[in-house]
Amino acid sequence: MTNINAKSTWQELTPGGTICEAANSEQFHTGDWRSRKPCFISDKCKQCGLCVPTCPDSAIPVDENGNRGDFNYDFCKGCGVCAKACPFGAITME
Amino acid sequence: MDNLIEIRWHGRGGQGAKTASLLLADAAFNTGKYIQGFPEYGPERMGAPITAYNRISDKPITIHSNIYEPDFVVVVDDTLLGAVDVTAGLKEDGAIVINSTKSPDELRGLLNGYKGKVCTIDAKTISIDCLGKYFPNTPMLAAIVKVSGIMEDEAFLNDMVESFKHKFAKKPEVIDGNMEAIRRSLNEVKGL
Amino acid sequence: MSIRERLSGNEAVANAMRQINPDVVAAFPITPSTEIPQYFSTFVNNGQVTTEFVPVESEHSAMSACIGAAAAGARVMTATSANGLSLMWEMLYIASSLRLPIVMSCVNRAVSGPINIHNDHSDSMGARDSGWIQLYGETNQEAYDNAIMACKIAERTGLPVMNCYDGFITSHSIENIELEEDDKVKAFVGEYKPAHYLLNKAEPIAVGPLDLQPYLFEHKFQQAQAMREAKDVILEVSKEFSAMTGREYGLIEEYKMEDAEIAIVVLNSTAGTAKYTIDRLREQGVKAGLIKPRVFRPFPYAEIAEALKNVKAVAILDKCDSTNGAGGPLYTEVTSALYGAGITSVKAVNYVYGVGGRDVRTDDIEKVYRDLQLDVANGIQGTPYRYLGLKG
Repeated sequence: MTNINAKSTWQELTPGGTICEAANSEQFHTGDWRSRKPCFISDKCKQCGLCVPTCPDSAIPVDENGNRGDFNYDFCKGCGVCAKACPFGAITME
Repeated sequence: MDNLIEIRWHGRGGQGAKTASLLLADAAFNTGKYIQGFPEYGPERMGAPITAYNRISDKPITIHSNIYEPDFVVVVDDTLLGAVDVTAGLKEDGAIVINSTKSPDELRGLLNGYKGKVCTIDAKTISIDCLGKYFPNTPMLAAIVKVSGIMEDEAFLNDMVESFKHKFAKKPEVIDGNMEAIRRSLNEVKGL
Repeated sequence: MSIRERLSGNEAVANAMRQINPDVVAAFPITPSTEIPQYFSTFVNNGQVTTEFVPVESEHSAMSACIGAAAAGARVMTATSANGLSLMWEMLYIASSLRLPIVMSCVNRAVSGPINIHNDHSDSMGARDSGWIQLYGETNQEAYDNAIMACKIAERTGLPVMNCYDGFITSHSIENIELEEDDKVKAFVGEYKPAHYLLNKAEPIAVGPLDLQPYLFEHKFQQAQAMREAKDVILEVSKEFSAMTGREYGLIEEYKMEDAEIAIVVLNSTAGTAKYTIDRLREQGVKAGLIKPRVFRPFPYAEIAEALKNVKAVAILDKCDSTNGAGGPLYTEVTSALYGAGITSVKAVNYVYGVGGRDVRTDDIEKVYRDLQLDVANGIQGTPYRYLGLKG
């Protein structure tokens, strides 16, 4: 898909603004909306996996063994839902 | 007569004046004419006076207004006489056809001094004799065809039998009665 | 061979829709367009079409369903009138901005109030800037032909099309008409193949995203540009239609304009009454002519200016008032066309006429031409914003 941005001309925009490519939200970095930042304390994490599905931005990466890693701050908006969901205090909001 | 023939119908809601005007348009269409058939729509109430129109011509018709100076007027219900100015604008060399048991001379006094031809047809008697019920449509259609001379009797009869075969495909028993009503009406118009 | 028939305008349009066999028809009944969905639902019930007929609960829903179906990739048609069009208002702009080629027959009727069911052009004229192409037809023949052509025009331009014709006068009058054969109409409109559509599993898309300050202006320009280019598309489709039927259509129709000194510009059925009047006036040596715009959106500025450049005076007839304290919408456009072409020699006056179904007689049209003769002789006396057939 053409890179549509605020400088795109009328000739470059699609008719009606239709977005003709799926999964393009990867191109839209929402991390700069963040005012509070979650911190991952790996020592306290039991890899229970409760935090992962609560993230609205899929900003908690999970590896092939099912273990989560540190946050993807390109997309994390800092909502804090994951911190509330963690039973072990492994996520703090700063 | 001008190539364009204009006809105005007066009836009451529910009597089928609109349908009769469309049947006339159909019959003229089937003989190769250009036609218009249109009612003047108002509040649609049973019994309220209604008006419908026909234009019939050998050439394409472009005019799209109501008809103010008709060549012929058809009155489907004689109780409209006096209530509606049925002869308004009617050409003196034209004619008015009224559904009534009365004679043309008896009715002329109700026509605001109209000097042209006045014809009557007893559609009620014909309809009840032939169809067993009161449907003034078919007799009135035959009467205006006769009075206006839009088409020959024979062509009209041939067209109507075909039209009824199509229209009454599911109840062919009524075709004969309707055709009889048409034949009688063609012969029983008074004042020609 | 065309088929000689006699049908009302609504019957003719419903039959065009039957022949086209659109994927979806969503409609809500309103006088005088009701017969279109009524006849069409019979075709659906009889299995004469394979259309998904959606009987919705309001016109807002009708247009919404049309939009959803068109975005999904369907060929979509509907019909409405007057207040039904008003209730669609919000969705008209959605349809055009999403560039969905919906075809809607707009059977012209006065927008209430006070409540009135008869013909004028206040409904479609109110929607003239909603981004829809607007075709206007004089007769049931033109309503039928435009309905067929509208499909192709919409799909080639990516703009929705309104097929406008006069309520009752055209919609409910039986007249002679030439119908085309079903297979020819189907071949003419062809199969609809949208470039992008929601039900294409090979290409998931998103329709109607948020379009803020950096984008909406450019998208509106795209619509305006498509409307400019639509003139050529309309002419191209009309040429193809003429090759099939022999019936010629342009952006405007001119009647006896070659040597006309005074002219009327008028839309829809009144043009026929004017032609009849012109023939009578010509017998008396009056050089009267007529221009009937067939296309109001896009507006044929250049073509109208060219057709009017040699007349001495023109009356532009509007079947609705703009209530702008001056002229009606057609008047505004035609005078803009003259000004834009640098033509200042033509005296132009406006008549608002036929509002709420006020009948327009040949005498009324003759009066306009007589007035124009006086305007030529004496100059325009008093206001050029006139009313025809108004009492008082």
